[in-house]
Order: sequence, then structure tokens, then C-alpha cells
Amino acid sequence: MSEIILQIDGKEVKAKEGMTVLEAAQSAGISIPTLCHHEKLEPYGGCRLCIVEVEVRGWTQLVVSCVYLAAKNLIVRTRSEKVDRIRKMILELLLAHAPDAFELQDLAKEYGADKDRFEKESSFCIHCGLCVRYCAEVKKKNAVGFVDRGTRKEISFIPGIASKECWNCKECFPLCPTEALQAAFVLTKALISSPPSSELVSVGIGKD
Amino acid sequence: MLRINSPEELEKLRQEILSRSDPSKPCISICAGAGCLASGAGEVIAAFKAEIEKQGLTTDVNTKGTGCPGFCERGPVVIIYPEEICYLRVKPDDVPEIISQTIREKRVVDRLLYVDPTTGEKAIHESDIPFYKNQKRNLISYNSKIDSKSIDDYLAIGGYSALAKVLFKMTAEQVLEEVKKSNLRGRGGGGFPAGNKWEGSRNAPEPIKYVLVNADEGDPGAFMDRALLEGNPHSILEGLTIGAYAIGSHEGYIYVRQEYPLAVVNVNIAIRQAEEYGLLGKNILGSGFDFTVKVHQGAGAFVCGESTALMTALEGRAGEPRPKYIRSNIVGLWGRPTVLNNVETWANVPLIINKGADWFTQFGTEKSKGTKIFSLVGKITNTGLVEVPMGITLRDIIYKIGGGIPGGKKFKAVQTGGPSGGCIPEKLLDLEVGFDELTKAGSMMGSGGMIVMDEDTCMVDVARYFLNFLIDESCGKCTPCREGIRQMLKILTNITKGKGKEGDIELLEELAEVAIDASLCALGKSAPNPLLSTVRYFRDEYEAHVKEKRCPALSCKELIAYHIDPSKCQACMICLKKCPADAIEGGKNRIHVIDQGKCTKCGTCIEVCPARFGAVNKISGQPVPAPIPEDARTLVRKSKEQ
Repeated sequence: MSEIILQIDGKEVKAKEGMTVLEAAQSAGISIPTLCHHEKLEPYGGCRLCIVEVEVRGWTQLVVSCVYLAAKNLIVRTRSEKVDRIRKMILELLLAHAPDAFELQDLAKEYGADKDRFEKESSFCIHCGLCVRYCAEVKKKNAVGFVDRGTRKEISFIPGIASKECWNCKECFPLCPTEALQAAFVLTKALISSPPSSELVSVGIGKD
Repeated sequence: MLRINSPEELEKLRQEILSRSDPSKPCISICAGAGCLASGAGEVIAAFKAEIEKQGLTTDVNTKGTGCPGFCERGPVVIIYPEEICYLRVKPDDVPEIISQTIREKRVVDRLLYVDPTTGEKAIHESDIPFYKNQKRNLISYNSKIDSKSIDDYLAIGGYSALAKVLFKMTAEQVLEEVKKSNLRGRGGGGFPAGNKWEGSRNAPEPIKYVLVNADEGDPGAFMDRALLEGNPHSILEGLTIGAYAIGSHEGYIYVRQEYPLAVVNVNIAIRQAEEYGLLGKNILGSGFDFTVKVHQGAGAFVCGESTALMTALEGRAGEPRPKYIRSNIVGLWGRPTVLNNVETWANVPLIINKGADWFTQFGTEKSKGTKIFSLVGKITNTGLVEVPMGITLRDIIYKIGGGIPGGKKFKAVQTGGPSGGCIPEKLLDLEVGFDELTKAGSMMGSGGMIVMDEDTCMVDVARYFLNFLIDESCGKCTPCREGIRQMLKILTNITKGKGKEGDIELLEELAEVAIDASLCALGKSAPNPLLSTVRYFRDEYEAHVKEKRCPALSCKELIAYHIDPSKCQACMICLKKCPADAIEGGKNRIHVIDQGKCTKCGTCIEVCPARFGAVNKISGQPVPAPIPEDARTLVRKSKEQ
């Protein structure tokens, strides 16, 4: 694969063709905040926190770096007044759902986000889809999925699969940016509503 | 049915069909579009068939269930050829008279004609009615000429001649050039030049390519695509096949929402008929070109009108847009080059091929060519589908074609482009309709929804209404759209309930900016348009709600009160009896008073209060006058005073 050179925050960065801007930045030690990104998973472009400014042929555009491909001579700015303003708002919107998530709190500090800006609706889930995608793409089990859409969208375990697969896995728990509570809670709910089984008694939850 | 193996055979069949039909033989065309069917066209068609049989005219008269001619307000619409006599709001009871008078005696049934509400003049022919007269009906005029379920009817009006021309007289490049020259822009919302999109796909190296019809028309109040797909499905198939030939595709899909059952039925019939004639499938017309079409029914998601969400849904997955920085005409359905165009865009293609790009570009403005169909709805006298040349002013559409605002009310705004569009105020009514012009005004062409609003419409509530629609229709994948809409809707709801706070308008603007800049797909990026356009043009209404707790349109329930003017109340007991909440006190010769604590603000009292009294008022932003004292409530009638 051929090598390309692009400019990120004024620094020349080498990248391989096919790499995303995020990967190129990370390889050069430049940090871009993410919530829904995971190196083992396909880019999702859901949280939009990794938004950056790119300059293509003199045009400045806002793109999400986890999806946008690095290209020769591309100029990337990972911070700008606009980028920061967007990230601050995204964090404030998510903090209404998961006000106690450490990851969000740390980012809030960085971007000056006010966790009380919007009325709390503590559903915890911030729809990053990490549990759903990890289960589908890495474990190939599809024990957890999204149901419904829009603001009613939520993650849900499929009891028939979850009661067989989740007991020995639980690899999705630590992925959750809201401190594992979400997947654990939803899994318990799914299993409680499924037919009783001795296996289900100690799923190992209660880390609250 | 015989398979047609060459353009010559196609022409021969066309001549045969034409020779079978006697142009002087009366033909009764009854609109069998969804709108007219809902107002009883099915019964009217049955009544015509029965009456024709009863009067022994079966061989002398034809009847046809056609597509929608557009004048839905006055349906069921019946047109009698060859004279083109147009009858409106026809009921089964009118049928015997139409047969005995118009068909037998060649006399016009006066009472079923269109009457101009201002001049009182009657119009006999469709083309005399102002609603039609001021349109340019390049596409939709065919709807009423053909039986939507008959391929022979489509052939009779020259159908599939463009396809034959393309397959035998033009190279794919020539087709592409012609479409590019016509500057046909996508009718589904984006306005992207179709020719450029096609060229991108044609030049993409991947050998398997697809062509798609976007018939997932989901805007509230929009039904242009439905009318075309129901009324003239072959024109879409012909356009699609020509597109497939131009880009080198052999497989096409029609993505149609399942809420359009009649369109699904008609297009499936059309596909079967075209296959039987050899106009679809292997070796079309003996040209060696293969092309098949399948119909896919959407499961009722607005977001699937977005190109990548539509393709994801077509692939069998949840209809969510993918984060695209590569155009889908290069990497689309199943990762292959895919041309997706809207129903109306495809319908234009056979006309462009047959009549030429120069014919097409004579209509419209410099950058928006051709005609556009709008569904004109809301507070408008003539509800229906209108096809107009691009560049016509909004004022002409609303007043000349639409007949203005009913009930002597004042025009306030017109919302174009569906939930992603914006509201355009009266001062911009002379705006020429075109893709770029509407975008500049803070709205968009969208797929062509046009909702007219009068003085009674609250613009804050309109913004709330559209965001409330979108909150259910956002796929929920990305934060700025899912959470941004959630918060914008909350704030707007609060404002309409009188709970707006200082700074709310600015916060709305901030949320809107983030949704526009950071959302994944066009749904989120355009979701704030109704909000931003109403803030831009009607900021005073927002401020009145927030600062004075007043709804200037007297529409937001929580900000208004009903009050009976004691000096006007004639104690007629009508409102008192009709009030569903028993909130009106009073009696015979006792002036009526509304108990504000019990009133549910349903508005019944104001509706039933006789106009000659006009005693009930709606008030907002000011305290309700104290009820008059008990001992002053006895009505003293003026006549008795003397």
C-alpha cells in the first residue's frame, strides 16, 4: 500500500492509503476524542464527537474523522472554535442521559461542557452501539441489538441468544462508555423476562 | 400476449391499438387515484358500468379508471371524451343523468360543472378551469388519458417509443449527453443533476450496477409520486430502463412505501405487462439489452427516503444511513455503483428523449429546468396536485392555481419541502420557484410538498409539529439529530405552553447549528429548517410566546382563553348546551359566563355562537376580564327596553 502525507494540526503525518483521518492522527500521537470508535469494529460515525475540519482544494468541510479517509495533501484541523463548539454541545446532550459517566465527565472538562445544561433523562445509554457492534462483528452472536428508532431507540438483548451466549462472555460490559452499567442492566432485564434457568441467577451484575 | 421483438413490431402494435379505438366513441374517464377513491370513485365507476349496461350502451361507450388528474379537492373527477367535458364531485346518483344527458343527448349536465367562485362562470372543459389553465402539465396530463392498469393505453399515447429510440438509434453516451443537456435535476429533494449522477455510475469500473426508483414519499401532505406511480406506472418503468441502458445496468428496484398499496398493485401489473410484451426482461425489443425490475416495499420509515438508508434497507438491514463520503453512484447498493432517482425524475426521462433536451429546457429558469409537480395542501381553496414550470412565483401557484385562502382569511406562510423544508412568508411570495431560490430563502424544493398556512396558524407550533414528526422518524444513530431534535422539541413544546424562558430562542439556534453541521445524513442536517425559517421570518411570534406568554395567532391552547362578551351575549343557550366540559354558566335570559377553571379550550363555543351575535372572543397575553357580578347577569333585551 502506498504511503501518503497529510497535514494534521500543522504537523506532517504519514499514513497508509485506506486509513481514516482518525487512524492517521492516532498513529502520529494526535488525539481526537471518540465515543463510538473501536479499533476492532467497522467505523460507525454515530457519536460525531470525532468531528474535525478538513480542507480540500481550498474548501473547509466538517467531517467525522473515524469515517473520512486520509488523502494526499489533506489539511486537517482537529480543534477549532467550531469543532470545539460542536463537541461541547454533543457532550452536553449526552450528559443529560449519563451524567455520571467518567469518560463523559473528563471530556466535559476539556471542552467546557455543562452537564446540567439539559434536563436529565437518565437512560444511561448514549447509543454508541459498541456492545451491539462488538457482539455482531467480533463475537458474531448478535445477542444484543438496537430496537425501535429515533429517541425511542434502545439496546436490547435477545433472551434466546443471551441466555446461551452471554454468561461466558460479557465482553461488551467493559466497552460501555457509561461504565458498563447499561449493557449489564439491559441484559439482566432481558434474562429476567425470559424463562427461569439456574444459569441466570448469578450473571455477575451489581457493579453499581 | 405476444412478445414484441423489434421497434417495427412495436409500431405495428401501436397502430393496431389505435385502429381498434374510435376517437369519436365516447369514453368516460373516472379518476381512480387514491384521493378520488377515498371520496367514492369506486362506487361511481361501478354505477357507470351498471348504467351503461342497463341502457344497452356497452358497445357504444368506454369507461376507464384513470390516474389522478390533480384536482383532488373536487373529486371524484369524471372527464368525458372526446369533448373533454369535466364533471366534479360526481356521485353514483348523478350517473344515470350523465349517461342519458351527456352520452345520449350530448347535453352538458350544468350542475356538475366547475363554477368559478368569484365570477360565477361555469367551465365545461377541463382546460377552462383556472386550476388547470395556469398549469403546465407535461407529466401529469397523461394520467387522465390512460387506464392506469393498461399497457395498451400507454402504448396508444406513444409509450415505450423513447425506449425503442434509445435502444436502436442512440448510444448510451448519446442518452447521457441528452439528459445532461436537459439539466434535469433530481426531483426528490437534493436537486442533483441527474446526468452527472448517471455519468459517475457509468464510468465506475465495477461491472454490476443498479438503478433505483425512490418512491418512499414520506413528507406529510405530499403525494406527487404516488399519483405518478399509480396513474402512469409505465412511464416510470420506461424512464428507468432508459437510465439503465445509459449507465449499463441490468437490474433495477422500485423502493415504494407500503402505505401506497394502489401504487404497489399498479406498478406490479405494469412490470408483468411489460415483461410479457418483451419491454422488460431479456433481450428487450430484440435489442440484446437485458433489464429486470423488482418492487421492494418499505416498512414505513421516513428516513428510508434518504439515499443510503434506502439502500441499506433494500439490502435487508435496518434502514439507517451509512456515513458516506463516497457517493452512492460510485459505491451504493451492495457496494456497487447505484443510480437512485425519484419517481418524478424518472418520469421526465422518456419525454426528454422523445422531445429532446431543447424542448425540456424551454421550461423553467436558468438553473432549474422543466416542470415540477407540487402537492398543494393546507389552507388553500383548491387542494390537489399542480404541475407548473419552474420559475413560476409562489403567488401564482397559491392564488391563480390554488384559488387563494378559503374563508376570507389572510395568508401567512407557505411551507415547502416537507419536514426538512422551511416556511416562506408573504413578503417573499413573488419568489420564483426553483431549487436554488427556495434554498436561499431558507426552505427547499424537497420532493414538492407545499403546505399553505393562514393567519390562524401559529408559526412556533408549526416548527414544533415538524420536529415532533421527525423525532419519530430520525433513525437515532447519530447524536446531533437524535438528541438535538429531542431537545429542540422540548424547548418548542415549552414555548407553546407558555413555559418559554429568556434565552430559549438562542439555545434553539445553537442546537440547530450543531444538527446542521454535525448530523450524519440529510434528515438531521435539514431537520432544523422549519425551526430556523420560522425564527428568521416570524421571530416576533417566538418573542411574544416567550416574553408576553401570548400566541399572536390565538392558536396555542395553553396561551389562550375564551371569553364571552357580556355586552354581546344574547343568552341563547347554544354554547351553554354544546360545551362538552359544562364550563359555561348561565340560563334563559342570563348572560353566559365561561368558568375558566373548567374550560378545556376546545373552541366549540366560538364555533356555535351565532355570527350575528359574535359574543365569544379568543384572547391571549392579557388577563381574562373578571366575570360580571351575578346580579348584573340578567339580560335586558333592547327591544323590551323601549
